[in-house]
Amino acid sequence: MAHGMQTLNHEGVIVHEHKIGQFFWVWGGLLALTAIEVYLGYQNLQPLKMLFILLGLSIIKSALIILYFMHMKFEIRSMRYVLMTALIVCLCLMSVFFADAARIISLGVR
Amino acid sequence: MADVAMHHPAAQAFEPPLFRTNSKKLGMWLFIMSDSLTFGALLFAYSYGRISNLAWPMPFGSPSIMRASIMTFFLLSSSLTMVLGVAAAGAGRMAAATRWILATMALGAGFVVLHSIEWTGLIHEGLTPFKNPWAAGVPQFGGTFFTLTGMHMLHVSMGVIYLGVVALRKKWIPILLVLWLLAWLLTPASSPFHYGAHVLLLGAIVASMILYFKPKQYDAVDIEVSGLYWHFVDLVWMFIFPLVYLMSTRIT
Repeated sequence: MAHGMQTLNHEGVIVHEHKIGQFFWVWGGLLALTAIEVYLGYQNLQPLKMLFILLGLSIIKSALIILYFMHMKFEIRSMRYVLMTALIVCLCLMSVFFADAARIISLGVR
Repeated sequence: MADVAMHHPAAQAFEPPLFRTNSKKLGMWLFIMSDSLTFGALLFAYSYGRISNLAWPMPFGSPSIMRASIMTFFLLSSSLTMVLGVAAAGAGRMAAATRWILATMALGAGFVVLHSIEWTGLIHEGLTPFKNPWAAGVPQFGGTFFTLTGMHMLHVSMGVIYLGVVALRKKWIPILLVLWLLAWLLTPASSPFHYGAHVLLLGAIVASMILYFKPKQYDAVDIEVSGLYWHFVDLVWMFIFPLVYLMSTRIT
């Protein structure tokens, strides 16, 4: 599916032409997701459950920002895979601490 | 991906650049990746404390949540104006690009002002980096909160200075110095922002060195690179707002 025209300039760099309308759709989507988050903030959910729901919504929002506002969707596939895979793996490795945080609540500090 | 690619004849004469992208853009992406890990570590540290402490303070009442929601709206809207500025610059409409960047800077400055009001309110309630008035058994709340949100506020402030350099060039320096004087003289000496205002002075010095030692007309690629930084600052707030504010909402 085409999202805009792309050309190669004299340096061999890909130049994109974007459709302005899609930026307004993304902006509207981000505001809607933020409204859902604020609503959830008042629902008094259990902290770990709340954390995972809010993290999930934040990941969707950050994906929209990276793909459309930061134009990653329009970069070549190898750049997307190299940059995003490295970042996601590093951030996922940090998640290992959440298991310990949950253990402290059920078992206490040992 | 777009389905049409037209090749410039001269492009065949050179080896294509890495990822078919500009080196400045790739450099900014690498910086963003390293900075993501810094913010990632701070966010995980805060969230670890939040989950593992049942007595974690819930200091953010409706006024705080309302203010933080408006701050989020400011940053999301600033990302829209920034991407419109990048598109205008790409189409060669540099005057329009400058206007969009100025709108982005105004929204970013509004974010910093609202965040300063939020911090001042919490400090008046007794929050310091080492203790808080809501949960004496959780002293790390202030430290993690101020480190995370302060680091982000610093990034937003530097982003506004950066965009000012790109959009206004040397005209930005006197404006920045006036803003520094106003921020320094109008805040009480007891406020952290009385000293924090010196970030603007440091920014003016660094911007002057860049603009006077290496003057140039910033083009569409420079504007796109500055836009990448600005969107990253917006992206980080998309995690700070729910994890810090909405996870600690005071429900009455």
